[in-house]
Amino acid sequence: MLINHPLLGPRDAAEFTYLGDASLIDRPDWQAPDAAQAFVEYGYMRDNPAGWHRELWFHEAGDRSWLVVTRNTLTHEISNVELARDVARARGRSK
Amino acid sequence: MRYSGFRVIKEALTGHKGWTPAWREPEPKPAYDVIIIGGGGHGLATAYYLAKEFGQKNIAVIEKGWIGGGNVGRNTTIIRSNYLLDGNEPFYEFSLKLWEGLEQDFNYNAMVSQRGILNLFHSDAQRDAFIRRGNAMILNGADADLLSTEQIKARYPFLNTDDARFPIKGGLAQHRGGTVRHDAVAWGYARGADQHGVDIIQNCEVTGFKIENGKCLGVETTKGFIGAGKVACAVAGSSSRLMSHAGMRLPMESHVLQAFVSEGLKPVLPGVITFGAGHFYVSQSDKGGLVFGGDIDGYNSYAQRGNLPVVEDVCEGGMAIFPAFGRARLLRMWGGIMDMSMDGSPIIDKTHIDGLLFNGGWCYGGFKATPASGFCYAHLIARDAPHPHASAYRFDRFEKGLMIDEKGMGNQPNLH
Ligand SMILES: Cc1cc2nc3c(=O)[nH]c(=O)nc-3n(C[C@H](O)[C@H](O)[C@H](O)COP(=O)(O)OP(=O)(O)OC[C@H]3O[C@@H](n4cnc5c(N)ncnc54)[C@H](O)[C@@H]3O)c2cc1C
Repeated sequence: MLINHPLLGPRDAAEFTYLGDASLIDRPDWQAPDAAQAFVEYGYMRDNPAGWHRELWFHEAGDRSWLVVTRNTLTHEISNVELARDVARARGRSK
Repeated sequence: MRYSGFRVIKEALTGHKGWTPAWREPEPKPAYDVIIIGGGGHGLATAYYLAKEFGQKNIAVIEKGWIGGGNVGRNTTIIRSNYLLDGNEPFYEFSLKLWEGLEQDFNYNAMVSQRGILNLFHSDAQRDAFIRRGNAMILNGADADLLSTEQIKARYPFLNTDDARFPIKGGLAQHRGGTVRHDAVAWGYARGADQHGVDIIQNCEVTGFKIENGKCLGVETTKGFIGAGKVACAVAGSSSRLMSHAGMRLPMESHVLQAFVSEGLKPVLPGVITFGAGHFYVSQSDKGGLVFGGDIDGYNSYAQRGNLPVVEDVCEGGMAIFPAFGRARLLRMWGGIMDMSMDGSPIIDKTHIDGLLFNGGWCYGGFKATPASGFCYAHLIARDAPHPHASAYRFDRFEKGLMIDEKGMGNQPNLH
């Protein structure tokens, strides 16, 4: 697989490590009343879809940026690559 | 029909006209007492033990493709019970004991071969960890044997024990481990289940559940609705897809694992060997091919095929420990979809929906578990209580902090 890095262009997927579903960006509020249950969902439960999946990849052997890759788990086709920083900021994370 | 040596002779003398199909091909009935979804090793074993050991009747196995087309026919056939943790080791040892009597039990030649498995270690720290594991195995009634470098040399003279980079400091052997002909496991259980009246329905995909007032009443399939007293899922890599029809999210990701077979060689490798300084394991099939594998690819996948970096990584591991195998040509490689759970251990449990049960999360190690998984799942279905050897495999272990994490990797499925 080639991952089209927004800054560096197409890079071999072997340069990256894989973390998982991009919903991991949305860490629950630890002070919320339902925090315990929310963290079980966050830490352990996954949609695990067959088809399009937004997921976090880390460019470990490259510029060490985190990316959100939209990839089809049935075909391994990649349709979109974003900097995770931009995605997180757009969601109001990381002021 | 019972298979036996006499039968083979009789058929040989009478033109092989007496053989009958190993199982029927029935159309689904309107309803069953128990429907098992998934005609892999686990589903078929569950049906077999339900009918044979737990006296249940009126059972169907529903398989979307053909039985044995999933992971049970794609794995590298290794069986062993060399686990560390209390939640796992009694279960896998129970499984190994069932393997030992399986062929007589279901009257089918599954080519169970206890040729032994040897886990090599290459550092002092690894030795300590393996001693601990061996002790845990012995405490649970399994066999474990710590081999010195000299003993390994005597058994495997071709191994380079004093390689500068990965010296072999010893190994943990389980002599009762080995390999089993994987397809024959599916066929043997299917035939045994069929003989006990189980309907095996192939080319029939479950597309949904009928759930009313918190109770599962049956399944929607490509052959129409089929009612059921209990519905037991055992679809391995497809677990999340299937359970999403019941509105459930699971503590797992589906990942692809690749396997490789070389051209047929004369006998070169007795037993199974794993390389401890990389991830590589190999055995030689009875046909002569070297059967080997290593890491999962590491990203969510339902594609049943992997990518080249892992092929390279696995072959590098092989070359590091068995340089001679580099002369063998690779004949075939393929991938299977693993139900990688959050702690690397499986689940055999009821769900919050009455009459809907779940078996999955087997990761890359569920083949060896097939007999015990079937037995314990059948126990849960028939008796409504977990089998003592599978009592740790619960859904709620994640929220209770009772993870069974053999490798100590945390909630990262691709690291287990
Ligand atoms: C390359 C590879 C190597 C492996 N090596 C080993 C090893 O050496 N030792 C070991 O112990 N384990 C190994 N494993 C793991 C082992 O193969 C699996 O954990 C185990 O086979 C899973 O259980 P199963 O046999 O029931 O799965 P499967 O055979 O995959 O059965 C699941 C079945 O469910 C069916 N299904 C799915 N969805 C539906 C639906 N909606 N409706 C109806 N049917 C459905 C599928 O078609 C499939 O036939 C390996 C796996 C792979 C891929």
